[in-house]
Amino acid sequence: MNSTVALLLCGPAAFLATAIVAAAASRLAAATRLVYGATLVISAVLLATAAGHLAGNPGEASASLPLGVPWTGARFRLDGLSAFFLVVVNLGGTITSLYGLGYGRHESQPHRVLPFYPAFLAGMNLVVLANDAFSFLLSWEFMSLASWALVMAHHRDEANRRAGYIYLVMASFGTMALLLAFGLLAGPAGTYAFDAMRAAHPNPFAAGAVLVLMLLGAGSKAGLVPLHAWLPLAHPAAPSHVSALMSGIMTKVAIYGFVRVVFDLLGEPAWWSGVAVLLIGGVTAVLGILHALMEKDLKRLLAYSTIENIGVIFASLGLALAFKANGMPSAAALAFTAALFHVLNHSFFKSLLFFGAGAVLTATGERDMEKLGGLIHRLPVTSFVFLIGCVSISALPPFNGFASEWLVFQAILRSPELPQWGLKVIVPAVGGMLALSAALAAACFVKAFGITFLGRARSAAVERAHEVDRWSLAAMAVLAALCLLAGILPGFVIDSLSTVTLPLVGERMPVQMAQPWLSIVPIAESRSSYNGLLVFVFITISASLAAFFIHRFASHALRRGIAWGCGFPDAVPAGQYTAVSFAQPIRRVFGGFAFRSRETVDMPAPGALEPARLKVEMHDVAWEIFYQPITGAIDFATERLNHLQFLTIRRYLTLVFLYLVILLLVLALWP
Amino acid sequence: MNGLTFDIAHLLAGSLVLISFMMLYQDRLFALINVFALHAVVLALSVAWQAYIQDAHHLYITAGIALVFKAIVIPVGLHRIIQRLGIHRDIETAVGIGPTMLAGIGLVTLSMVLMLRVTPEADPLAREDLAFALSIILLGLLVMVTRRNAVSQVVGFMSLENGLVLAATGAKGMPLVVEISVAFSILIAFIVIGVFLFRIRERFDSVDIGALDDYRGERR
Repeated sequence: MNSTVALLLCGPAAFLATAIVAAAASRLAAATRLVYGATLVISAVLLATAAGHLAGNPGEASASLPLGVPWTGARFRLDGLSAFFLVVVNLGGTITSLYGLGYGRHESQPHRVLPFYPAFLAGMNLVVLANDAFSFLLSWEFMSLASWALVMAHHRDEANRRAGYIYLVMASFGTMALLLAFGLLAGPAGTYAFDAMRAAHPNPFAAGAVLVLMLLGAGSKAGLVPLHAWLPLAHPAAPSHVSALMSGIMTKVAIYGFVRVVFDLLGEPAWWSGVAVLLIGGVTAVLGILHALMEKDLKRLLAYSTIENIGVIFASLGLALAFKANGMPSAAALAFTAALFHVLNHSFFKSLLFFGAGAVLTATGERDMEKLGGLIHRLPVTSFVFLIGCVSISALPPFNGFASEWLVFQAILRSPELPQWGLKVIVPAVGGMLALSAALAAACFVKAFGITFLGRARSAAVERAHEVDRWSLAAMAVLAALCLLAGILPGFVIDSLSTVTLPLVGERMPVQMAQPWLSIVPIAESRSSYNGLLVFVFITISASLAAFFIHRFASHALRRGIAWGCGFPDAVPAGQYTAVSFAQPIRRVFGGFAFRSRETVDMPAPGALEPARLKVEMHDVAWEIFYQPITGAIDFATERLNHLQFLTIRRYLTLVFLYLVILLLVLALWP
Repeated sequence: MNGLTFDIAHLLAGSLVLISFMMLYQDRLFALINVFALHAVVLALSVAWQAYIQDAHHLYITAGIALVFKAIVIPVGLHRIIQRLGIHRDIETAVGIGPTMLAGIGLVTLSMVLMLRVTPEADPLAREDLAFALSIILLGLLVMVTRRNAVSQVVGFMSLENGLVLAATGAKGMPLVVEISVAFSILIAFIVIGVFLFRIRERFDSVDIGALDDYRGERR
């Protein structure tokens, strides 16, 4: 057994031990500090190990334990892909544990959170390490169940119970799809080890079925439209640091599952598989961010924005599939690297934003943006780091979101080289959707930051808010710094990803750190290049100069004037822009098809004293098209079949008898 | 295999099917049990004939078990049960005799068509035996389905098991231990069902299984 893998397997074991200790000691006062401290240390060790493996590039290492299915055992393997995702998981785990050290103290029921938190981390680590279908599915289910328990932490709330129920149903559905996919991959011989699956080449029909099943299974966990319905309910229901883990990290584990099967185990893809993934990714991105824009609950907004980013990542993966199927490995490497880079970036800024939302929740007790406002005066540090998160996720340079989305668009710009006309048409269309979603994301986070932190306080809770504890601030500051660093040193990340892309798409991106002045040049100097550091330096210098000139040369005379016009028309905070009113223009443009929204103005008769009302009616189209018919059919069928529970003994015998006769008849009449 | 041995085996197995049909139209319990005893006797003859033509001596033991237990012990036991329960005058009519007979004919046709279709390359005797055995099993199930009385359901179950034994002996090389274990499990099932019959009787004053349904608060 390889020592690195052994060390990495000790991590989940240590997590599980922590979970058991936490279950025993969760009512002690020191339990919070103990558990989060332990997970912090374990995650940091795992992070260092995985990062060392990724940087050192010693190839693959595997191990097997005599657990699980007889003759298969539990196999584990560490290669570039799993090392990268281990870095993502454990970086998230480390920083979330740091945040939890402070945030966890405000938890009203720590015994409902502490035992499951380390278990959740253990599950995610094991999924990434698993090297046979049985261990994979077991770890996947363990991860789902642990996160379900965390969603149900505050189960007295009716909405949380509903979220937990829907999450459980969707998670079992997803696992069923994965089970079928692995069944197809295992083939008639039933070889559940990934190594054997990799060696076998399924026929095109089976490969297509596996792709669809993976889109259902991994996609439902990641939040692809229309399987996203549980995500905006469940992610915000958990405590904020767990929301960050679920949104920032667990969706990435789902992407890992998809990449592992579709890029690694399935062999050579067909070109149309890229089309399917691309289209689903593009639609997911646009619909996700439109939903986010309509949202006024801060955490739900962030959850919907996760759906958008998952869409971007999947679109990029689809592009990589299309390039790979057409024998264009360098373009495939570019798209694949962009996807993985965005995975890393999204884990940074989504965790940061959820931490910020958690800090706001701690300070004010509110998640509804309509009751916040003006927090920049009360929470200056939180609002600064939240702003960095917003800028990053809106893909503005010099932060990391720009770097990865720029790479995605560079890959899209190579689509004219593709041979199939279908792809030539679809890829730019998806590019247009991604561009639209990027613009909408910017609007969405202008809204999130502006309504929450700017303006004036909309409720008394905001007036009393105080800056949160140092642990939370430290965790957010670390993430903000990582956002900036990944933005100004993208070449470093891209070069680290080369060990991941090389085995999976057969090529790597050109070495970026060798470029002068830390530029990144994805294809060729003549086509495009980007230098985050230069942009950063330019923005810093020009902003400092502007500030200097304003302070140096502007008039210092104090002027007083009445507030009127474009300022604040009257003293009532409710007169400010609200989250809903900010989103109204976009709702009017896109609402018709995306939400089937309708506005009605209820105008009282002249002279009547009651106020006029503007009513907005919105529908979740995916819910109504996909989910309600299914639940309706299940209800109908169970209603009809219910009386089978209450038959007489003779009727049961008759049923069995008739069934036997029908089977025999089928056998007799079968051609 | 010469023609005569085949014909005799065929005759005995066919008689079993015929006796199964006879069970279908018995509406008195004593008559049903007598027909069942006849069924067991013919089964014993058939198994003994198989033992003779296959030259498999252990099958004589199976035939002996069938004769002793199924043709004598169980029918006598059931007689005594019925007398102690005082239900020997009961007439049970769950489904009419005509439809039952028609259904039985359909089932025999089905098993013939099925068995002759799925076993084209098997030994002719084994083929016929399997087809008859499946008919007997289905007819036994039909008896269980069309009767209300628990005792006649037991008889239907036993005749079903006779079909299994016929199938097992028709195929060459079936180990003795399998047959003995099947026979013993049937015996134990008989004992258990007998005990239950008395329990049901004690509680409900009837062995009509409809009483159980009434007890559960369901309509029939």
